[in-house]
Amino acid sequence: MSTRHLLALFNDFDEAVAAIADLRAANIKGFHIDDLILKSPIEHPEVEQVLGDKPVNVQWFTLVGATMGGLLAFILVSAAQGNFFAQLKGGKPIIPLPPNFILTYEMFILGGVFITILGFLICAGLPAKRSPLYSAKVSEDQIGILVQGDESAVAAFKAIFTKHKALEIQEEAAK
Amino acid sequence: MEKDIREDIAWAQINKDVLKSLESPRRIYWVILLIAIAMVGVAVGCEIYQYQTGMGVANKNNSHVWSLYIATFIFWIGMSHSGTLLSAILHLMHADWRKPIYRFAEAMTTFSLMTAGLFVMVHLGRLWQVYYVMPYPNERWAWPNFQSPLVWDMFAIATYLSSSVLFLYVGMIPDLAICRDNIHAGWRKKLYTIMSLGWEGTDRQWRNFRMTYLTIACFLIPLAVSVHSIVASDFAMSNMPGWHVTSFPPYFVAGALYSGCAAIITLFIILRYVFRFEEYMTLPIMRKLVRLTFAIAMVWTYLNLIEFASVWYGHDQTAKDQLIFKATGPYAPYFWAMIFFGSILPLMLAFKRFQTHLPILFVVSILLNVGMWLERWMIISPSFAHGHYPWAWDHDQWPSLIQWGMVFGSFGWFTLLFMVFCKVFPSVSMYEVKEMVYHRSLAQKHKPAVKGDY
Repeated sequence: MSTRHLLALFNDFDEAVAAIADLRAANIKGFHIDDLILKSPIEHPEVEQVLGDKPVNVQWFTLVGATMGGLLAFILVSAAQGNFFAQLKGGKPIIPLPPNFILTYEMFILGGVFITILGFLICAGLPAKRSPLYSAKVSEDQIGILVQGDESAVAAFKAIFTKHKALEIQEEAAK
Repeated sequence: MEKDIREDIAWAQINKDVLKSLESPRRIYWVILLIAIAMVGVAVGCEIYQYQTGMGVANKNNSHVWSLYIATFIFWIGMSHSGTLLSAILHLMHADWRKPIYRFAEAMTTFSLMTAGLFVMVHLGRLWQVYYVMPYPNERWAWPNFQSPLVWDMFAIATYLSSSVLFLYVGMIPDLAICRDNIHAGWRKKLYTIMSLGWEGTDRQWRNFRMTYLTIACFLIPLAVSVHSIVASDFAMSNMPGWHVTSFPPYFVAGALYSGCAAIITLFIILRYVFRFEEYMTLPIMRKLVRLTFAIAMVWTYLNLIEFASVWYGHDQTAKDQLIFKATGPYAPYFWAMIFFGSILPLMLAFKRFQTHLPILFVVSILLNVGMWLERWMIISPSFAHGHYPWAWDHDQWPSLIQWGMVFGSFGWFTLLFMVFCKVFPSVSMYEVKEMVYHRSLAQKHKPAVKGDY
């Protein structure tokens, strides 16, 4: 049986949330709530109440990036100082800690920022090809609910979307 | 109570208004752009002359050396700090009035850092060896002196610039998607399509976006403080009279926030008029911005007094002589002008009637920045003119026309970059304004608004 994709557009966020709650409760065959994607012009953290808590893992990238950035900076700077015999030290330590900590700190931040961005791209699935079921209205003022399920589930999806005053329902057979 | 923004403004209208700014600004936009290009032309001419004639034309052959260039360098570094203040600090504090104005403040951060970077280049005698400050592996095993605050500067400014650019870009991705969806052909369409990375506003994208934005904001705040503390260390870690002051790092940071806030007021007024942003850059928001500037002005005033007091009571006779020289010698008019523009003039901002009077605010904000530029000049030049050694004193030296040309041109360069940015990219954050409208209309309906806290 082929899988179908449906995108329903709503004017009102509360209606969209109610539709998600109904989809969850309806126990439609071939549909899983984790496959539902909400598209909106602004962030709606409230939606987690119906979609369930989903983990955000960007912080792990931040932790690794910042730690690696700081460590790398300290090791590189210290190694450079340890090999730079031509530079007169005037009795001061070959590897002076206070100035090295400043550079370590800067690179700690740089590593943190760069790897956080990388983490964001990976976790958010960007860059991505735009899905064929996309409406520019979603970036304007409408809420989109994208679902996928068996062909037999399409009627149930449509019934729920219509019940919650969907403005438009787009449908596409999955490739 | 005055509303920062109308809650009944339609979201589609927000898109329309901001997208319109990318296409049809008022004619004065082109006038500003032409003036900026002419100013850049002056700087380019001065640089060519300086390059061909030698650094003597920039006073490098007397004790004042790079004073004007580095004073202006600090000024531009300082200017960058308010973007961070508005976009990062106020973001963490959930001050949502910042939303319509933070984007251009972030852009200001980026472009003022890029302008500051130019002064590092132009004050060098051997421009082609600028890369020597970077620690790169080489066959001679020669490394920069990592103990020098100048190398710290390179690291700090490079980190700040790249982080600011990324912060600006990441914060713009949802808006770039709006541009992509609404502009139907041409190079802009291609640009927005590539830069929006296929953003569709899914719950997964928003969740990760928010966490990323918050994390980078947390990084940027200490970074901004460290950048200007390090710039302050360029001076405070020397033993020149007038520079060897413990309170320099916080003094520099306060001065930076102050000049940045004043610049945001100036640009707010310009953008509001040029791009017809009256609905978004509203007078109540201006009032909050002005109050913030006033508070920072008072902090700066206090730190200024602390600096004078610590020199006065510090039992360092040379430093004390230097302070007296600044206040009574040939630099006295500029010193007292700095005090007037930096500490007295902002008292006007405490009056409610001036807090939303745009013509007065426009003039005052420019004068505040004149005061802040003078502050940097008064930190640097008098120490060169009246240092430790009387035989090196040079009280009558005035910066050359070439130096003034460069300083003048730097304002053109900044304006050029900034105005081009505002024409190509949305200078008001559409999605954040929608969030602001959404949460305020929810609050008005006495409905609990859940905000994106992680």
